[in-house]
Amino acid sequence: MKAVSRLAALGVLLFIVACGPETNHNQAVYMLIDTSGTYARETGKAQQVVNYLLGSLNPGDALAVGRVKSRSFSEKDIVAKVSLGKDPLAANAQKRAFSEQISAFTKTTKDAKGSRYTDITGGMLQAAEFLNESQAGRKTIVIFSDMQEELDYKTVRDFPIRLDGIRVVALNVTKLETDNVDPRRYIDRLEWWERRARTAGASDWKVVNDMEHLDRIFKKKG
Amino acid sequence: MSLLESLFIWPNRPLPSLLVLLVLLMPFLYAAREPMHALLRSMCRSIANPLRLGARWLADTGLRLRNRNREVLFAHGSHEVKLTIEREFEHVTMLVQRDLEGYPVLQRKLMDEITRIEEDYKKSGEVPPPPPEWVKAIEAIAKIKPSGDGVVERILSDIRDSLDEIYQKLVAEYRGAYQERHHILKGFLPFWRSVSQTLTQVDRNITSLQNSAAKIDANVLKLENIAARGNDAANVLATSATTQFFIAGLVMLIAFGGAYVNFKLIALPMSAMVGGGDYITESLQASEVAALVIILFETLMGLFLMETLRFTSLFPLGNITEKMRRRLMWASLTILLVLAGVEVALAVMRDMIIAADVALKQQLGAAAGAAKVESGWVTRIPTFGQMILGFTLPFALAFVAIPLEYFVNSGRTVVGAGLEMALRGLAFILRFAANLIRGAGKLAIMLYDVFIFVPLAIERGIVSYREGAARRNKLRPVPPLKRASGSEEVL
Repeated sequence: MKAVSRLAALGVLLFIVACGPETNHNQAVYMLIDTSGTYARETGKAQQVVNYLLGSLNPGDALAVGRVKSRSFSEKDIVAKVSLGKDPLAANAQKRAFSEQISAFTKTTKDAKGSRYTDITGGMLQAAEFLNESQAGRKTIVIFSDMQEELDYKTVRDFPIRLDGIRVVALNVTKLETDNVDPRRYIDRLEWWERRARTAGASDWKVVNDMEHLDRIFKKKG
Repeated sequence: MSLLESLFIWPNRPLPSLLVLLVLLMPFLYAAREPMHALLRSMCRSIANPLRLGARWLADTGLRLRNRNREVLFAHGSHEVKLTIEREFEHVTMLVQRDLEGYPVLQRKLMDEITRIEEDYKKSGEVPPPPPEWVKAIEAIAKIKPSGDGVVERILSDIRDSLDEIYQKLVAEYRGAYQERHHILKGFLPFWRSVSQTLTQVDRNITSLQNSAAKIDANVLKLENIAARGNDAANVLATSATTQFFIAGLVMLIAFGGAYVNFKLIALPMSAMVGGGDYITESLQASEVAALVIILFETLMGLFLMETLRFTSLFPLGNITEKMRRRLMWASLTILLVLAGVEVALAVMRDMIIAADVALKQQLGAAAGAAKVESGWVTRIPTFGQMILGFTLPFALAFVAIPLEYFVNSGRTVVGAGLEMALRGLAFILRFAANLIRGAGKLAIMLYDVFIFVPLAIERGIVSYREGAARRNKLRPVPPLKRASGSEEVL
């Protein structure tokens, strides 16, 4: 009788737990790959990052890869996207297919001529749109770029953007020739982007330049 | 600046200031002495009395709990001993039915064998018939010495030959008869062995019966002690319950370890069934809950199985029929088998998921440096191990019911004793606190008097002076009163 009552108590506990507020533990990652100018040569490294991301994602998570070019606020700039299924085996197959897609993309981009301008803000807007639609619990934008934004005179990006609850990670931010001349330019550039991201409501801003420690992308500060 | 410092006359000289303050306050404190004493006493009483009341209530409750615990302990102990006696009686009944039922047959067999041995013995005692009487006459003639007469010598020679012939025949007959007796005696051996075995069997049965009887006697004695409600019996039962509690706890801990391994085995593949990445709480995945539910079901089925097999008596199944009990047993065993089968499948699935994951990581380059593993039968060993574990662990978990029953039963005694001790300890603490408060009250009153020692000393001086004066007045001789009549009378 006592055992029955204990099991009943456990059942009630599970029921209460089940009826509690559901937390979304899925994560969505949008990776922006800079294909402008000389940075287009770095896409080989981008493939490595995508593979790392695929390895760290769980069933139910989402991943998209978009390119940054002269104007990047467009669905056409999404190179590949996937919402992983709940079945681990099916998710594995999806990851494999995604990896192949990205491999094909990097092969074509590596040898192609890079775009003239770099619209990082447009890519971030596109990424925010995708991430908000995914309704994931954790949303991350990974920007694989030197963070040097260059826009043509027609493109308008100097307005406040919204990145509420999104973590922004700048990856492989290489130093430009001018940065070497005056390192303050590099520091100021990163500070400007951090300020912009935080003003936009980003939950976190991080710069990861060590490609050997990609696990730092998802590590919390502190 | 604190409140006390603001009262200082000389802010830089606290001690003289305090002394002056005390001197100034002294008359007021002296005037308020009685009400202050009353206030302090009342305060102490108002705190200490509820504490003492609480302590008494706790002590009474502890005593009631102790009595109740004793009753439960005796009831449980007598139930256990009765069960043991019942089992011993069952054993005796089984012995009697199995062995003593066959006793007439055994006895008959024994008697037959003994009769046969007796007959054979008699047969072996028979001696060959003595040589005929005329042999003596011939022997006498044979002793006649040869006289040289040819006829006589020939007759004597014939007689000697006849005698030799008869003698040899007789010896042969005699030997034959002895041989036959030996043969009969040799035929005894199997019967003797059979008799010996039968008697050993009888002896063993009787010894077993005697052992059972001794056990029953010991248990009856134990039951008598329990019925007498003696302290010794209570101590023995409490010690036994505590030992059982800890042993059962240890066994259950081991079982929990097994359950954890089982959980780890099926949690990952369950994500393929209920979906990975779904969370029920902040950190609890749906697949983990599903795995937990399966393990709990297995444990539950194990409990039912043990219950229906009469190994445990956790549930009140006494009112169901034997047929229903058997059905329940088969049902729980079938479900347990199905769940074990599911676990085997999940173990295979787990292996597949891990293999696919490793393959993917190799393809993605994450494990590029990893050495390629040969895919022989050796690599399949973990899979087989997982399958075997998956199948056996549910059945191993089923046996948790036995320690669980002991844990629950002995837990009542141990927890009861612990609660009783806690109540008594709490009662002691409350009583101690009450005494401490009363002592503190007395100390406060004395301290109060210390502060106003000057007026008190003056008061004592006045009182002693008055008492001295009164004593002096008492000692002074009273002058006699004069009456109008002129006679003197001392009042």
